[in-house]
Amino acid sequence: MNETPQPNSFRAGPDEDGRFGIFGGRFVAETLMPLILDLQGEWEKAKNDPSFQKELADLGAHYIGRPSPLYFAERLTEHLGGAKIYFKREELNHTGSHKINNCIGQILLAKRMGKTRIIAETGAGQHGVASATVAARFGFPCVVYMGATDVQRQAPNVFRMKLLGAEVRPVTAGHGTLKDAMNEALRDWVTNVDDTYYLIGTAAGPHPYPEMVRDFQSVIGTEARAQLLEAEGRLPDVVIAAVGGGSNAIGIFHPFLDDKSVRIVGVEAGGRGLQGVDHCASITAGSPGVLHGNRTYLLQDGDGQILEGHSISAGLDYPGIGPEHSWLHSIGRAEYVPIMDDEALDAFQMLTRLEGIIPALEPSHALAEVIKRAPKMGKDEIILMNLSGRGDKDIFTVGKILGMEL
Amino acid sequence: MTARMDKRFAALKAEGRPALITYIMGGDPDFETSLGIMKALPDAGADLIELGMPFSDPMADGPAVQMAGQRALKGGQTLAKTLKLAASFRETDTETPIVMMGYYNPIYVYGVERFLDDVIASGIDGLIVVDLPPEMDDELCIPALAKGVNFIRLATPTTDDKRLPAVLKNTSGFVYYVSMNGITGSALPDPSLIGGAVKRIKGHTALPVCVGFGVKTADHAKAIGAAADGVVVGSAIVSQIAGSLTKDGKAGPDTVAAVATLVRGLATGVRAARLVAAE
Repeated sequence: MNETPQPNSFRAGPDEDGRFGIFGGRFVAETLMPLILDLQGEWEKAKNDPSFQKELADLGAHYIGRPSPLYFAERLTEHLGGAKIYFKREELNHTGSHKINNCIGQILLAKRMGKTRIIAETGAGQHGVASATVAARFGFPCVVYMGATDVQRQAPNVFRMKLLGAEVRPVTAGHGTLKDAMNEALRDWVTNVDDTYYLIGTAAGPHPYPEMVRDFQSVIGTEARAQLLEAEGRLPDVVIAAVGGGSNAIGIFHPFLDDKSVRIVGVEAGGRGLQGVDHCASITAGSPGVLHGNRTYLLQDGDGQILEGHSISAGLDYPGIGPEHSWLHSIGRAEYVPIMDDEALDAFQMLTRLEGIIPALEPSHALAEVIKRAPKMGKDEIILMNLSGRGDKDIFTVGKILGMEL
Repeated sequence: MTARMDKRFAALKAEGRPALITYIMGGDPDFETSLGIMKALPDAGADLIELGMPFSDPMADGPAVQMAGQRALKGGQTLAKTLKLAASFRETDTETPIVMMGYYNPIYVYGVERFLDDVIASGIDGLIVVDLPPEMDDELCIPALAKGVNFIRLATPTTDDKRLPAVLKNTSGFVYYVSMNGITGSALPDPSLIGGAVKRIKGHTALPVCVGFGVKTADHAKAIGAAADGVVVGSAIVSQIAGSLTKDGKAGPDTVAAVATLVRGLATGVRAARLVAAE
C-alpha cells in the first residue's frame, strides 16, 4: 500500500475526488453518479451559506438539545484509580444517540434539493429512528431498510420508527444485517433517482457522504474540546470512541486531529474473537477493498467476497469502516483496537452500576477500552470518551444474555 | 482483444440486424454446468456473451441476478474460476466475443495487473464493471485500454448530454445503455423512449449502442432491437436456470437445454427486429 507522507494538517481531507490518501472515492453505478455530483454541489453551497448554518445551529439547540454535556465520571474514575474520565453525553440527545446530528443536517439538504422522499439504512435502529424523526419533523415520507436479523434484535427501535410514520422494510438477503440493508437502500435509490434523498447514517459511502457526515458530527468534538478546555484548562491525553462505520468516532476525533499531544483511539467490535469470522474488526483484522461506494478496510475473503461479521452490538455489525478512519490508521494518526462482546457487556454493567447511566452496547465497547487504559494512566491524565448512545434499545439483548426474563 | 468484438459488430451490421448479447453468471449453479450453458449459447443464437463475475454484494442487481451470484458462490466459484471458464470456452470457440461483467472488489483484491494479464490469456474481449464510473478511470479502465482490453461503459437515463462525453471518452467495444433507472430484471420501459435515448447516444459516438435491463421475451428483443445495435438479456436467462434446478439447487437434467430454448426464441426476436424497423 502507498503510505501517504505526513500532511501539514490531518483535517484537510478529502481531496476533490473524495479521497483520503488511497481511501474513499466514488465507486458507484453510473445511474447514481449524477446524483452524488448534485449532492456534492449542493453541500458545497450549503456549508458556506450562513442561513443554512444558522438553521442547523437553531435546530441543534432547540430540537436536539445541544450542546450535549461533558460529564466527569467521578465514581468510575475512582473505581479505576487512574486517569480522569470524561464522557461526551451524546446519549442525551433527542432520539438517544449522536445519529440525530447528521440527520438534521442531511434533511435540511434534502429540503434544499427539492427532494420529496427519504430513504435510510439502519443497523441498531438508532439511525433509522433519527431518520424517521427528522422525516416526521419536516414532513417527508420515509422508508428505512433494516436487516431482518436486526429487526428481531432491535424491536423497540422498529416500533419507534413505525410510530414516527416510517415504513420499515426488513431485508432478508445475506445475514440480514447493516451491509444488506445498505445494498437494498442503494437499489431503491438507483430506482427512484428523481425524488429520493438517500440519508446515509455513517461516515462511509461515496464522496461526499464521508466528508459531509463527518462535518455534521464534528459538532461533538468541537463542543467537547471547548468544554474540556473550560473544565480542565487543557486538552485530553486520549480520545476514545467506538467504530462501526465510524460516524460518532470521526465526529469526536476530527477537531482533535491536529492536536499532536492527543492520542486518538478507535474501538472496533472484536465479537467472539479475531481468529474466525465472528467479529467486525475491519482495520485490525481486515484488508483494503471497495464496497458501498468507497475504498476502505473490509472484512473479506481471498476472492474479494465480503464477509458478514458479527458483533453483539447491531450498530457495529458492519464489515467495513469509514474511509477517513482507514486513512488515519494508514498514516498512524489514530490507533484502532478490538474489544470483545463479553468485555463490552461487562463495561455496560459497570457503567450502569457506578454512574447510573445505561449506555448503548456500541459505546460500551469504547468504555471497555477506557476500563483497560485508565488504571495504567496517571491521575493527572485525562481520557475523553464519546458516550454516543443510550442503552434502552439494548436491554432485551442484554437481558437475554444475562439470563433475565423481561 | 478489441479485434474480435469489432469484427463481430461489423459482421452483424453487414447482416443488417442487432446483436443478441446473453448474460450468464459464471459458475451458476456450478462450474461444469455453467461451461455447458456457455458453450450452448452461440449455437442457440447468441452473438456475444456477458460472463458475470459473482460478488457477495451486487448493489445494482435485482433478485434474479443476486440469487444467481449466490448460487455460484455457494458452488465454489471464484474470480480465478470465472477466468478459467472463459479460457475453457475459448478452446472450442474463437469467434464469440466474451465480456466479463461484475463489481470491482474481487478484481481489486485479485490485483489489477494480474487480472488484466489473465483476462487476455483467457481470451476475454472486454470488461463491464458496474461500480467504476468515469471518475474512477485510473483504477481499471485506463490500464485495461492500455493492454488492448475493451472497457464497456454503462450509460443510463440519468447520463445527460452534458455528462455523456465524459462517459463515452474512454469507452470502447460498445456502449451499454441501461434502459431505466433501476436494478437488473425490472419491468421493461416503453420501447419508443429507448429509441430516442439510443439516438441521443449515437449523436455522441460511433460505437455500437446495445440496450439492456428488462428485456425478457422475443417480443421485447424484437422491439428493442429495432432501435439498437444489440439487445442484452440477463435476468430472464438466469431465471430460466433457476427454474430448471433440482429442489436442492443442483443442475437439473434439462438446465442447459432450457437456456438454449429460451435463447433460440430471443434470437428469433432480434432477427425479426429490423424487419419491424423497416416497416
